[in-house]
Amino acid sequence: MPVSLANSRVVYEALKKCGIGLVSALPETWLVHLIRMAEDDPQMILVRLAKEEEGVGISAGAHFAGVKSAMLMQNHGFLASINGIVSFAQLYRIPLLMIISYRGHFGERDPWQTQGGSATEPLLRALGIPYTFLDDPAKVEKRIAEAQTWAYASLHPAALLLTRELMWEEA
Amino acid sequence: MMQRLECLRSVYDRLGNCLVVTIMGAVASELQSLGHRPNFFYLQHAMGLASSTGLGLALCLPQQKVVVFDGDGSVLMNLGGFSTLARYRPKNLVHVVFDNESLLSVGGFPTATSTGSDLEGVARASGVPHVKTVRSAEDFVQGFDESIQAGDLSCLVAKVEAVGPKGYVTDLALLENRFQFKRYIEMLKGK
Repeated sequence: MPVSLANSRVVYEALKKCGIGLVSALPETWLVHLIRMAEDDPQMILVRLAKEEEGVGISAGAHFAGVKSAMLMQNHGFLASINGIVSFAQLYRIPLLMIISYRGHFGERDPWQTQGGSATEPLLRALGIPYTFLDDPAKVEKRIAEAQTWAYASLHPAALLLTRELMWEEA
Repeated sequence: MMQRLECLRSVYDRLGNCLVVTIMGAVASELQSLGHRPNFFYLQHAMGLASSTGLGLALCLPQQKVVVFDGDGSVLMNLGGFSTLARYRPKNLVHVVFDNESLLSVGGFPTATSTGSDLEGVARASGVPHVKTVRSAEDFVQGFDESIQAGDLSCLVAKVEAVGPKGYVTDLALLENRFQFKRYIEMLKGK
């Protein structure tokens, strides 16, 4: 599978450096290595979800408990979580850190991903959720740390879009 | 038939050492009418996510009892949540579902439990290890105590009358509740 193991490792190590103690996740192709790393890490609480919106509640509970968390999801998982993001994370000022695989953008071969790809950034903007891209392994650690710092300073969700450039290695 | 307020009143004194998460609407305002405490968090929207919040708390604070007061309308919006709860099976989580077969706060429209959908059955089939349905105040208290003492994930479905308070807005601001709840947990952890 041409999902980059090396860059998944870079992302995972960056999450660890930020003190993330819980990740919620729903499997998607680009996230497989990341989820396995969380699974193999005895220090990490991994919560596999039925639907991504549950992750908003779980992250809020973790925040109240003093545990830093991240949601790992596909952009369609972000779409499926929007009510929870608005009516919990934004309403109650939860510093949600969302790591979203940005499927369906340029280079996407799967027809079923393309509509979600076009909707992702406009929706993040409409919700007033700041985001940036994880596209260069050299900048991953800094960008994740900065997004988390902002999320905690503002008590607001922040998003990082995992790009094809970072996650996919052409076979 | 029993009323939700009666159920809440009958276990109120047992909630002192628990972290309590409720759904919006009647459950939140009735619990507040009995007396707000800093260990109570009322999720005044995001229907379906009270149990997920309880799961996050229970997994991160395994020594702390967590009680979720949920409702049929909310649970029906996140049936998959039962399977996630059962998968992680936190031993410190009690999930109470008040089932009045109705979306009371929006005018009492009947939910699918009014036509036979059985939340006890859904919870059980999802793998929740201890599930019980109760219909009287005595059985509710007994079921609640058993759930607290079970030392395992449990779900108590309480069939209640579709009645509630006149209004739902209380004088506790949402953010005040949220920050107070988090501070309370910090204080617990500092002990």
